[in-house]
Amino acid sequence: MRFLLDDEQREFRRSLDAMLTAADTPAVLRAWAAGDRAPGRALWGRLAEAGVFALAVPEAYGGLGPLPVEVAVACVELGRHAVPGPVAETLAAGVLLGGAGGPAAAEWLPRIAAGTAVVSLVPEGPGSYALDADAADAVFTVDGDELRLAAGPGEPSASADPARRLFRPEPGGAPVAEGPAIRAAARAAETWASFATAALALGCGEELLRATVAYVKQRTQFGVPVGSFQAVKHRLADTLLGLEFARPLLYGAAVELADGPARAGAAVAAAKATAGEAGYAAARTALQAHGAVGYTEELDLAWWLRRARPLRDAWGAPSACRARVLAG
Amino acid sequence: MDLAQTARTAALRAEARDWLREHVPPRPLPSLETGEGFAAHREWEALLHSGRWSAVSWPEEYGGRGADLFGWLAFEEEYWAAGAPGRVAQNGISLLAPTLLAHGTAEQRARVLPPMAGGEVVWAQAWSEPEAGSDLAALRSRAVRTGGGWLLSGQKTWSSRAAFADRAFGIFRTDPGAARPHQGLTYLMFGLRDPGVTVRPIGRLDGKPAFAEIFLDEVFVPDADVIGEPGQGWRIAMSATGDERGLTLRSPGRFLAAADRLRALWREAGDPADTALRDRVADAVIGARAYQLFTAASASRFAAGASLGPESSLNKVFWSSYDIALHETALDLLGPDAERADTAWAEGYVFALAGPVYAGTNEIQRDIIAERLLGLPKGRR
Repeated sequence: MRFLLDDEQREFRRSLDAMLTAADTPAVLRAWAAGDRAPGRALWGRLAEAGVFALAVPEAYGGLGPLPVEVAVACVELGRHAVPGPVAETLAAGVLLGGAGGPAAAEWLPRIAAGTAVVSLVPEGPGSYALDADAADAVFTVDGDELRLAAGPGEPSASADPARRLFRPEPGGAPVAEGPAIRAAARAAETWASFATAALALGCGEELLRATVAYVKQRTQFGVPVGSFQAVKHRLADTLLGLEFARPLLYGAAVELADGPARAGAAVAAAKATAGEAGYAAARTALQAHGAVGYTEELDLAWWLRRARPLRDAWGAPSACRARVLAG
Repeated sequence: MDLAQTARTAALRAEARDWLREHVPPRPLPSLETGEGFAAHREWEALLHSGRWSAVSWPEEYGGRGADLFGWLAFEEEYWAAGAPGRVAQNGISLLAPTLLAHGTAEQRARVLPPMAGGEVVWAQAWSEPEAGSDLAALRSRAVRTGGGWLLSGQKTWSSRAAFADRAFGIFRTDPGAARPHQGLTYLMFGLRDPGVTVRPIGRLDGKPAFAEIFLDEVFVPDADVIGEPGQGWRIAMSATGDERGLTLRSPGRFLAAADRLRALWREAGDPADTALRDRVADAVIGARAYQLFTAASASRFAAGASLGPESSLNKVFWSSYDIALHETALDLLGPDAERADTAWAEGYVFALAGPVYAGTNEIQRDIIAERLLGLPKGRR
C-alpha cells in the first residue's frame, strides 16, 4: 500500500499551481461573470496544454485517460484558484462520449482533450441545469438510450456565484448516439462529474482557509492578532479537520474509479458529501472570521465564498450522496 | 497511489481471521471496568498471547510478529470485525511498550514486555495530577534520590484501569530546581501494590471504577525501573504521544466494525422515512472510511520516512468526536431501549464520552492544530 501522490503527480500539482497563480484568476472570473469569455478560454487553453482536459478522455481519442488521481489533483488546484467554466462537466463529457463511442466521440473528444471545446451537460431527469451552457461549444443531454446535442442553451438563470450561469437546455436536439451503452455511459459521466466537483469543492475550501488564516494573523483587535484568540483558532482548526478528512475520501474514490466507475458510486458519493460540506464549512468560517468585510464583494475572497455552496450542491447534494452511500 | 495490501499483510490478515473465528468468545465478556470483567479480559489477553496476537507489531523475541503498520492495521480490522473483547492491556501495549522499545534497556524490554503481552502484568498510566491536567508540566509528584533508586511521593489521578491493574508508569519531578517546568522530570515504573502505594478507585459516570487516584508515600523504585536518563522524562513521554501513537491509540478497525453494526441496526430498526437519522447513519459509515483512509495516508507517509508530529492532533479530535456521534446515533435508533444501561451500545456510549477529554483534551489538540499546522500565533490558553 502506498496511499500517497507520487513525485510526478506532485510535480503536476506544483506546475498547475504556478500557472494559475500567475494567471490572476480573480480578473478572469470578473470578466467571465461579465460575459467576456476570452480570458477564461485562454486560460482553459493553457490548462489543456498542461494536459488537464485530456485526463478523462480515452487514449483512443487523443486523451490520456481515464486518470482519476490526476483528475483529483488537477481539480483541487482549479478549485483552489476558482477557475471559471464547466470544468467538471467537460471532464465528465470525456467519459460520456468515450462510453458512447461513434462519430460524436470522434468529433468531440479530440477537441475536448485539446482544450478547443468547452462542453456542458446535464444529468437525466427533471430540474437539472447545464452550467455555463452559453459559453459551451456543445451541450449534451441524455434521454434513455439516446445521447443528444442540445439545440441551444435555453433560458439562463443567475447562480449564487456570479461566475456560474445556469441553463435548462431546450428540449429535443439532434440524437448523436444511441444504444444501451448510453445509459451506462451517462451513469459513469455523472459519477465522474460528482467526483470532479468534490475535488473543486475541496480546493475551494483550501483557499478559503488559507486566505482566512492569513487575514486573522494580520488583523489586530485589542492590540493582538485576532488569530491568537482561541475561539478563532478552534474554528479554523475544525475547518482544517473537515478538509483533511475529506481529502483521503477523494483519493480513495480515485483509487476505486481507476477500477471502473460502475462500482465506485458509493465511494464518490462519500467524497462528494464530505468535500462539499467541508468546503462550505470553510466558507462559513471565512465569512465569520473576516467580519463585516467578508460580507462584501470588495475582497477577491467573495468569488470563493459564493462558490462553495453551489459546489456542495452540484452533481449530488449531501443528503442524496448520503443515501447513495447507504445503498452500497 | 494504491490501497493494495502486500502478500505479507494479506497472509497475516487471513491467519488472524481464522484464529479469531475459532477463539473469540461467543458471548461478550463482562465489562472490563469491573473486577469480574477485568479478570475475564486478563484471561483473554493470555489466550491472545498464546496465539502471538496480543502485540503483532512487536519484535518476535518479545512475543510479537514484527508486523509493520499496515500489518497492524489489517490485524485490528480483523480483530474488531470479529467482535473480539476490548483490550485490557492496551495502555501498556500502545503507550509503555513503544517507549521501552525506543528508550528502554534490553534488560527492561526482556523483563517487562513478555508478561505485558500475556496479561500477567497489566499496566496503568500515572500521568495526570490534581493540579496538572492539560498543563501536564505543572506536575508536582516527586522522586527523591536514595540508595540504588528513588523514593516517589505525591498524588496521581484519572489513572485508567488502575483500580485493578498491577503496575503503573509515569513522569515525576526529580529536579525541583530546574529552570523550566518541562525539565527535571524522570520517567519511572512502579508497582501498584508496592509499600507506600494507596489506590482509590473512582467511579465514572456509570458508577464503574474505570479509573483511580494513586497516593504515593516514599515508594521505592530501583534504578532498573527508570526509563531513559533521569531528567529526560518529558522528552521521552512526548515521543510516546507523538508519531506512532497518533496512529495506534484508536485503530480504524474499531470504528469500521462499529459503523457496520450501526448500519445493521439501521436496517433492522430504522424508519426509512426518517432521512435525518438516515443521514447520521451514513455519516458514521463515511466517517469510518475517512478515518481508515486518513490513517492509510499517514501510515504511507510514515513508511516513507516522514515524521507525523502535530497531525496526530487532527486524528485525535476526529475519532473522539466521531465515536460520540456514532453512539448517539445508535442510541437514537434504540427507541425506549436507549435508556438501558446494560446494552453494548450504552457501554460504548459511556466509554466514548471520555474521548474528547483524555489523551490531551480536544481543546488542547485544537490549539496544537491552530498553532503548529496553521501557524497561528500563541495566545493565552
